[in-house]
Amino acid sequence: MADALLELTGVSVAFGGLRAVQDVSLRLMPGTLGALIGPNGAGKTTLFALISGFLKPDRGRLVFDGHDITGQAPHQNARRGLSRTFQIVQPFAAQTVRENIAVGAHLHESGRAAALAEAERVAARVGLAAQLDKPAADLTVSARKRLELARALATRPKLLLLDEVLAGLNPQEVAEMIPVVKAIAAGGITVLMIEHVMQAVMHLAQHVWVLAQGRLIAEGSPAAVTRDPHVIEAYLGPGAAARLQAA
Amino acid sequence: MARDLTGIVIFALAVIALTLLLSSGVWLNALMMTLYAALLALAWNLLGGFGGQFSFGHALFFGTGAYASAVAQVAHGVNAWAALALAIVAAAAVGAFVGALAFRYGLKGSYFALVTLAFAEVFRILALSAGFTGGGVGMMLPLNESIANLQFGSRRGYVALMLGCVVAALITTAWLRHSRFGARLQAVRDNEDAARAVGVDPYRIKLGATVASAAFMGAAGAFYLQVFQYIDPGIAFGPHVSVEALVGAIVGGMGTLWGPVLGAALLHALGEATRNLFGQLPGLNLVIYGSVLVMIVLFMPRGLAGLGAWRRNERGRHG
Repeated sequence: MADALLELTGVSVAFGGLRAVQDVSLRLMPGTLGALIGPNGAGKTTLFALISGFLKPDRGRLVFDGHDITGQAPHQNARRGLSRTFQIVQPFAAQTVRENIAVGAHLHESGRAAALAEAERVAARVGLAAQLDKPAADLTVSARKRLELARALATRPKLLLLDEVLAGLNPQEVAEMIPVVKAIAAGGITVLMIEHVMQAVMHLAQHVWVLAQGRLIAEGSPAAVTRDPHVIEAYLGPGAAARLQAA
Repeated sequence: MARDLTGIVIFALAVIALTLLLSSGVWLNALMMTLYAALLALAWNLLGGFGGQFSFGHALFFGTGAYASAVAQVAHGVNAWAALALAIVAAAAVGAFVGALAFRYGLKGSYFALVTLAFAEVFRILALSAGFTGGGVGMMLPLNESIANLQFGSRRGYVALMLGCVVAALITTAWLRHSRFGARLQAVRDNEDAARAVGVDPYRIKLGATVASAAFMGAAGAFYLQVFQYIDPGIAFGPHVSVEALVGAIVGGMGTLWGPVLGAALLHALGEATRNLFGQLPGLNLVIYGSVLVMIVLFMPRGLAGLGAWRRNERGRHG
């Protein structure tokens, strides 16, 4: 079996009495596009925070690219090649699109001119080339999502964690964004995405993990997990799978 | 960067020309004090404007510089120029200490402001009670005018010294606008979590900005001592210097290159004008000064420099 790029073993975290993530183990293979789905409040974003280092796990071990990254700070993980986007977009609002992306590019480019040039190239990859000089605060929701993506991409990650890059977009914008994500994965970057838009998950993901109430309840191909009775019940309530079967 | 540097050179030449043209001591004094206020505002702007860390106690670094220079010169006979260097190093060290403490424990916003304020007060009380600082009496620097002693017979000497410090602060600010460190500092200011996600270590970045900001405050403190030959705990660590530094930067425009200079110049001119016009009615000058400050903050939330940028943006959008 090949080495996983990201491997979680028994990762748990609790906030007081709320066990947000319980005993999650998963292996993400390099060069693949994985998706993490689950009902609201399942702990998906918490799991992303644990992987990227914004939260420290109470128990469990995280290995990224052969290094134990358990308890490492986000900036240390970013240097190793693990970057994330935020579900609620977090632009540097006072700065232009170009300057925003350049902050990411500065991870590998110490020169200002080189980082700004790199920012232009990355902007072109996500379709932001026309808005390079706009302040980030003036962007539409769709463009802000692209900016999140671009800034993370500019760090030249090996693994990109995408937290709902399609949320809040209309069907037209979703249709425009899917090829962008696809192209990133095709370019050799391993992607793990949290997504509610099932159309995108079915289209993009090779492997899907389903999280409910902090636990992984299913994994497999998109088609397989959407037929899984546990998954249907997690979304629709107990007995739903049987009723669907009968219908 | 080249444009910023050209601006700085033009500014320096203009100040030099003005110094040579002015013969009245009053005007030279006004020029010197304006440059001094600009240095305070520029120093505060490095951390507050570009780093978003609002210090209410920048007098801490100012006083450290002033006292370091005074103690070195008076008690240990150190040369004034060496004492100036020592003042800068001492202030930077205190900046590193306070910054390390505050940022290690993740203090932000009003908590950071309060911690800096508290440290300035602690240092004021220490200076009041310690023996080597002369306690409440303060410290006098013996008058001995010579360039070697960093004491000038003419105000022109002080203007030149102050101009050197202001130009250094302006170049540092210009560097922040066009460097990786500056980009990261502004990223941390605008959104710390987003900055961390793309590999920025906020602790190191904020600490660096604090040290730079403190170093310039230390230079200002040492300069104050050379001009007035006297320092006491209230002047050194009291709220007056802290407020002057932050108000100059806020009125002029935080996070801009020329804002702090503009703000300092406007406030200094305003302070002088109200004092001269309403001097016979004690307190009225402060009322007017305060009202103008309120108006500026209300109607120009981005400061004097922000007003120009906003105009340009509006034109760009409509045109």
